[in-house]
Amino acid sequence: MTYTAWIIITACLVGLTCGLIGVFLILRRMAMMADAISHTVLLGIVVAFIITRELSGPHMLVGAILVGLLTAVLVQWLNSLEIENHASIGIVFTTLFAIGVILIATSVGNAHLDVQHALMGEITFIPWNTVNLPMIGSIPEATAILFLVLIIVVFMILAFYKEWKITSFDPALAASIGIPVVLMHYVFMSLVSVTTVAAFDAVGAIMVVAMLITPAASAYLWTDKLSIMLLLSGTFGVVSAITGYYIAAWIDTSISGSMAFATGIVFLISFIGSPKHGLFAKFIPNVTDNKALNEKSTR
Amino acid sequence: MWSILASSTTQWVLASTMILGIAAGMVGCLAYWKKQSLMSDALAHAALPGVIIAFLLLQEKNLLILIIGAAISALMGAFLIQLIQSTTRITEDTAMGMILSIFFGAGLMLLTLVNRTAGGNQSGLDNFIFGQAAAMVKSDVITMLMLAVIVIIVLFLGFKEWKIYLFDPQFAKGIGLSIRGMNFLYTGVLVTTIVIGIQAVGVILIAALLIIPSVSARYWTQSFKWMLIISACIGGLSGAIGTYISALGSGWPTGPFIVLVAGVFFTISLIFGKEKGIVSNYIQFKIQRKQLVNKQISLDHKG
Repeated sequence: MTYTAWIIITACLVGLTCGLIGVFLILRRMAMMADAISHTVLLGIVVAFIITRELSGPHMLVGAILVGLLTAVLVQWLNSLEIENHASIGIVFTTLFAIGVILIATSVGNAHLDVQHALMGEITFIPWNTVNLPMIGSIPEATAILFLVLIIVVFMILAFYKEWKITSFDPALAASIGIPVVLMHYVFMSLVSVTTVAAFDAVGAIMVVAMLITPAASAYLWTDKLSIMLLLSGTFGVVSAITGYYIAAWIDTSISGSMAFATGIVFLISFIGSPKHGLFAKFIPNVTDNKALNEKSTR
Repeated sequence: MWSILASSTTQWVLASTMILGIAAGMVGCLAYWKKQSLMSDALAHAALPGVIIAFLLLQEKNLLILIIGAAISALMGAFLIQLIQSTTRITEDTAMGMILSIFFGAGLMLLTLVNRTAGGNQSGLDNFIFGQAAAMVKSDVITMLMLAVIVIIVLFLGFKEWKIYLFDPQFAKGIGLSIRGMNFLYTGVLVTTIVIGIQAVGVILIAALLIIPSVSARYWTQSFKWMLIISACIGGLSGAIGTYISALGSGWPTGPFIVLVAGVFFTISLIFGKEKGIVSNYIQFKIQRKQLVNKQISLDHKG
């Protein structure tokens, strides 16, 4: 396969995985938690690197999951000490991220890690770093890991679809019918961390936030059904990834930056054009809206 | 070791990060009570494209112009967040996350373009991501100092109004204090503090300087006045100590060290703080239990 094709496939995998996870992030009102985890994952990767002295996929995944969970636990703990949610997220992620950056800048800086890379990603290098898999042959390592993560995410969503749905929309009900809400929360946080670190190599820590939140928020404007929202969000993710790549190729700039920018375009279109919640729908009232208005006025 | 302090540039830089810390600590208290700690993070990220567009338009690195660019772009971010959450069913945190990442993405696109053009690499725009206080020249320091002092004066002079605005908006209306005007002023000082901090601390971590000192100060006092003072002290000390440590190594970024020092202050406050710190909570718990046990004993005796 060609060099460009691998880049696009990798980007699409990022868009799809992030799009799916993002739906639950939005519904659970944890968008800023994703921002926090995408920053702290850096610390996990640096520590994994310092311990093992190599930048390999599995180590980084484990480090990232651990730090992601640490972030979730710390935020929860500070919350329980009567610090408000927004403040505890702000404290935890900035401090852990600062430690990560300091470790890179002072001890491992010259090696294979640099902060620029961690933040912006270098998708252009991905096709060079391949692994040999049985049956499939030689494919880029990052792509293989992303594919694995996608399978895990899809499996977790499908296997516990009903549980995710209930815990996201009505945690109190979920708890009352015996669904382990707290466990689900931490499983979800692990999924977010795994997705983040897998996407990290491709689009960088901060772009992951765009990919996680924006496609899902756009999908949220189009539909009220969870299944359709998942499909739409995944599609939006893929579309933004491809559009972003071509914008970057066109004006020759940072690929991850333009992918984030492309998610913004998708959102802008949804924001204006969505039939239910868009700007157009607000200013050009259609039949159903009139009906609703009439009902309201007669009441 | 002392030679670093003796150099006059370092003295200026130290002074400026200290004043920045003081201003950020005070403004952070307002953001804390407005429950907008994460908003400062979103605004800081949203400032990046403004900085770079300002540089592209003028082709020179004049801190004041870059700050104005940053402020415009951050205000646009704030406006969009407000627009999205008021016209759709998307919640505030989602809107913040989106604006933050999209603006930052656009900023990175522009930064890559600038770095490719001739002279772009020397612009030191990369420093705006993590902060590099050592890269500041004297005119930058003076710009920063002046703006920070203005912020501090605004907070100081309007202390009573801020207090009413934050804690009793109903009363504010009653005495004819314009909430709209105060909102405007609040956004003004918040954005000013963020944008003057981005050169020294960087767009990613400047929010920490607003969040951490104010929450730490909460552990030492119940009064808003003292919260402002303590938060200003913690912010100022973090700024100065962090800058000093980062000056020890060559090319060490300033922002992360400042945040780390602030994090240490927070941990100390969390554990030893007078108000609801972990140790004081534990002691209180012990005392209460002892009293209960004593009561029980005396009741038993009576019974």
